[in-house]
Amino acid sequence: MGNDNLVIAGIEFRSRLWVGTGKYKDFDETRRAIEASGTDVVTVSVRRVNIIDRSRENLLDYIDPKKYKILPNTAGCYTARDAIRTAMLAAEAGISKLVKLEVIGDEKTLFPDNEATLEAAKVLLKEGLIVLPYMSDDPIMAKKLVDIGCPAVMPLAAPIGSGLGIRNPYNIRIIMETVKVPVIVDAGVGTASDVAIAMELGCDAVLLNTAISAAKDPIKMAEAMKFGVIAGRLAYKAGRMPKKLYATASSPIEGMIGN
Amino acid sequence: MTIILNGEKKDVPDGITVFSLLEHLNIQHQRVAVERNEEIVKKSAYAETALKEGDALEVVSFMGGGDLSADCGMRIAE
Repeated sequence: MGNDNLVIAGIEFRSRLWVGTGKYKDFDETRRAIEASGTDVVTVSVRRVNIIDRSRENLLDYIDPKKYKILPNTAGCYTARDAIRTAMLAAEAGISKLVKLEVIGDEKTLFPDNEATLEAAKVLLKEGLIVLPYMSDDPIMAKKLVDIGCPAVMPLAAPIGSGLGIRNPYNIRIIMETVKVPVIVDAGVGTASDVAIAMELGCDAVLLNTAISAAKDPIKMAEAMKFGVIAGRLAYKAGRMPKKLYATASSPIEGMIGN
Repeated sequence: MTIILNGEKKDVPDGITVFSLLEHLNIQHQRVAVERNEEIVKKSAYAETALKEGDALEVVSFMGGGDLSADCGMRIAE
């Protein structure tokens, strides 16, 4: 297949599976799941340092920033203002100018506040950050975000942590036809076939967290996700056969006995 | 003097710098970011940034998280 690496804003990504680091049993399980997934991109949240208990271990002791690209996110932010502050702190703490911008609109659904996301993205792009926005599966929103300078968009497959899979593949297809930047499906996938479907649609990558961390065996599921992405990507590049209503024999009729 | 550190009141020596405070708290500089009264303090300015009574300081680092659901953990305080 040659080099099929994904490039965003000049940064080359070896893996098309991006993973989160939340909700694992402990840091060791996080590390093993990430290794099994074969990813080179991990997303992390930005939180207050525990001042009282300094003995607590740091995630980055387990995930080597030299080995993985660290993608800070603004998860848990409900306003453009908080998301901007969090993203700017991440950039200062950091490692890179990459940020996964999330502005959540509602605690029950965790759906993105697209309007606030657009507002925050404008400010952060001006500050020189590479903004990868989490958004609804809305082609118009995707276009607006790309028009202001986002080098990729991250539409949801389904609500965060729901595991429902791609609920609207047609919208994802329209987003891909609407914008000329990479489309990364973010949130809501549940298992390896969901990932394969996203990749078969032609998505450029998939970001997930709970689908691995909430599996009975996260390490096995991480490996399954790796193959899901590879299978889906290959199938997309191979170009699937058209769907037909009636049967078409695959064996020749000629030479059959009794003819 | 008293400052607000990550949302909690904390007594610190008068005029302590960000650099000394992080040393005092045993926090590695390279993995954190600091905000003072909602303005980012660049790492290069830690040593020369002296704090004042009532300053609100946020010290953050990277934690586990991804497509984070319910347990969003600590947020940056108002």
